[in-house]
Amino acid sequence: MPELGRAALAVCLGLAVYAVVAGGIAAAMRRRRLARSAQNALLAAFIASLGAAAVLLGALLRKDFSFVYVADHTSLQLPKQYTVSAFWGGQEGSLLLWLVILTGFGAAAVALNRRVETAVLAWVVPVLGLVTTFFAFMLVVVSSPFDTQPAPADGAGLNPSLQNPYMMIHPPFLYLGFVGLTIPFAFAMGALLARRTDERWIVATRRWTLFAWTALGIGQLLGAHWAYVEVGWGGYYAWDPVENAALMPWLVATAFLHSVMIQEKRGMLKVWNMLLVVLAFCLALFGTFLTRSGVVSSIHSFTQSPLGPWFLGFICLVTICSLALVFSRLPLLRAKTRLESLVSREATFLYNNLLLVALCLTILWGVAFPILSDAVGRGQITVSAPYYNFFLRVFGLPLLLLMGIGPLVAWRRASLRSLGRSFAWPAGIALATGILLLALGAGSSWVGLVAYTFSAFVLGSIGYEFARGTRARRALAGGSWSSAFAELVARNRRRYGGYVVHAAIVLLAIGVTGSSAYDSVKTQKLKPGQTMAIGDYRLTYRALVKHEGANATEYRALLDVRRRGHFLETLASGKNSYRAEQQVSNEVGIRSDYLTGEDLFVITDQINRNGSVDFKVLVKPLVNLIWLSGVLFLGGSLIALWPSAAEQRRLTARYRELRAPARA
Amino acid sequence: MTTVALLLGALLAAACALYVALPFLREPAPAEDRLDQPGTLERRQLELAEERDRALAALKELEFDHRTGKVSDDDYRELVGPLRRRAAEALRALELRAESREERVRAAG
Repeated sequence: MPELGRAALAVCLGLAVYAVVAGGIAAAMRRRRLARSAQNALLAAFIASLGAAAVLLGALLRKDFSFVYVADHTSLQLPKQYTVSAFWGGQEGSLLLWLVILTGFGAAAVALNRRVETAVLAWVVPVLGLVTTFFAFMLVVVSSPFDTQPAPADGAGLNPSLQNPYMMIHPPFLYLGFVGLTIPFAFAMGALLARRTDERWIVATRRWTLFAWTALGIGQLLGAHWAYVEVGWGGYYAWDPVENAALMPWLVATAFLHSVMIQEKRGMLKVWNMLLVVLAFCLALFGTFLTRSGVVSSIHSFTQSPLGPWFLGFICLVTICSLALVFSRLPLLRAKTRLESLVSREATFLYNNLLLVALCLTILWGVAFPILSDAVGRGQITVSAPYYNFFLRVFGLPLLLLMGIGPLVAWRRASLRSLGRSFAWPAGIALATGILLLALGAGSSWVGLVAYTFSAFVLGSIGYEFARGTRARRALAGGSWSSAFAELVARNRRRYGGYVVHAAIVLLAIGVTGSSAYDSVKTQKLKPGQTMAIGDYRLTYRALVKHEGANATEYRALLDVRRRGHFLETLASGKNSYRAEQQVSNEVGIRSDYLTGEDLFVITDQINRNGSVDFKVLVKPLVNLIWLSGVLFLGGSLIALWPSAAEQRRLTARYRELRAPARA
Repeated sequence: MTTVALLLGALLAAACALYVALPFLREPAPAEDRLDQPGTLERRQLELAEERDRALAALKELEFDHRTGKVSDDDYRELVGPLRRRAAEALRALELRAESREERVRAAG
């Protein structure tokens, strides 16, 4: 069936080209039927790409090694779940996933906005068509997943690092985020091309950005957990170029989600918001370029390919065209109001934007440095963790503090008296926390002490905001405290959902600080029966066992773990030797204490012939708060994402006044 | 197998082409084929409606922030006046536009 896959991709490419050409003509000449036809082409492109994906998935599940892609990424022994995840384990498959998600989002954007905003949507369609054309072209001409060969007896198997449950969901989430940023970009460009900069495009753009941002955030946390349990070096984030590639658009999208509020409430920062949307999309493309091109060495970049120049060319085209469009529409984007005070909510959002973009650009500089140094003939000079950690402290700590300040400051301006009243409780809590931590010995890391003090301030300000908001709502409407609280959140889901997300970021900051600033590491060679100590733990190496798994030989060192004399459990840590792939992977042993959030992390560095084992053991305080923050982050995002009935009513009424059809 | 695959591919292409052509097949000779786009007057009205809604939302938020204690009495008194004026101006401009439109309709009728 490879012919069917190739045909489906060719049909998808044809439909995308039609959406660009017919959609562009329809929008420019205001042709209703042609515009509708171009929209239908985008919807049909989704069906065609789904057809191509079904053919590849069928070939993977059948282990049809006459497909080069299937033979390169699976083997007869590969378990079924990883046969499915092999879909995005290689370059061609992951590009096809990009295309399926892109056409799916494009179809959803068209279907949801068809009756709402014909003028902007008419221009959104050719923009989406252009991006779809690029990815469909890549799959048809440059890197096809449907190349065939005489079937070998067995396949090469899947990279062992990818044989992990997190690989079932981590890449699709990242792709939902990366691709999701295409829709805000298309709406922004559509609004500019249609010369429409009213609130409607902002509402559509904000929702899609929030969705993509949530998916990207969750995808990164899942990736961090994958790195933690699978890669086996004892950490979760290594400032690897591909990890940074996902972080950068997330930071820019975070900036946009804050600054777009200033546009909605004050009509300011329209140019800045446009630039953020363009930057976020270009960084999403840059991230895919880094992953797919193999231009920089990364543990996450599993492929080397000729796609690099194509991607680079497309990124340049998108950047130049979109910037030219933004600058040609500057008169439309001019703000009618000005910042009234440097002590106001909008000013804190502005500071937060500057810090987020500065952090993003310093990371971008670090990521691009090896490429640039290579280009000028000095070889690939890699920027290492201390560079990134330095700038994370320089920009991250003020950002953390601003997360606490922002909610306490009113829009437009705030007097010293009201600031003093708002800050008293959170600042008091922060000060008390700092002194207590200093007394408990947390002063061994000044960064940790400052981060925890700021975290206490943010949590104090969030708690205070919820408390006085609930009190005011109860005073207005009466009823119980719980109903007043529920009504408070329901009436302003974006604000209070945002506060929950802030709390999640604080948990993340506490987890990252605890596990990096206050961790302990020890390496020791042990023979069976010998014991090593780290912190309160004592580990006794009992024996090494061997087990033949489905597709790998598994070696496990068994260690009895005791804390303050009490036996806790027997921990298994070792290595897997994959037969088809002929590769060895670290399989770490982790003991989590969910009460304290601490992990005992055991790496089997080397298994020696004389029966001894080289162990590396880490104690990582509070690390589990990082994973917990993901749950809170998702909850807060869902609250903020939930459609607001009041906003729907307001937009509907406004467009009814114009006697134009309206439905968001 | 190859023939079946090619047939299925052709079927997919034909179905997609039919779906793309559907707007023209449904309406071969429509009376009106222009995209619905607001003119300059409607855009101005939309701007005014946005201005009105923004001012009203800001007033509501200011009231609530005042109740919670985030905005002091002095700040509230200073901020509420300009906001009310902005909302009133936008409302007045919208009413004037509605009246002149009605007059134009009456004159045309």
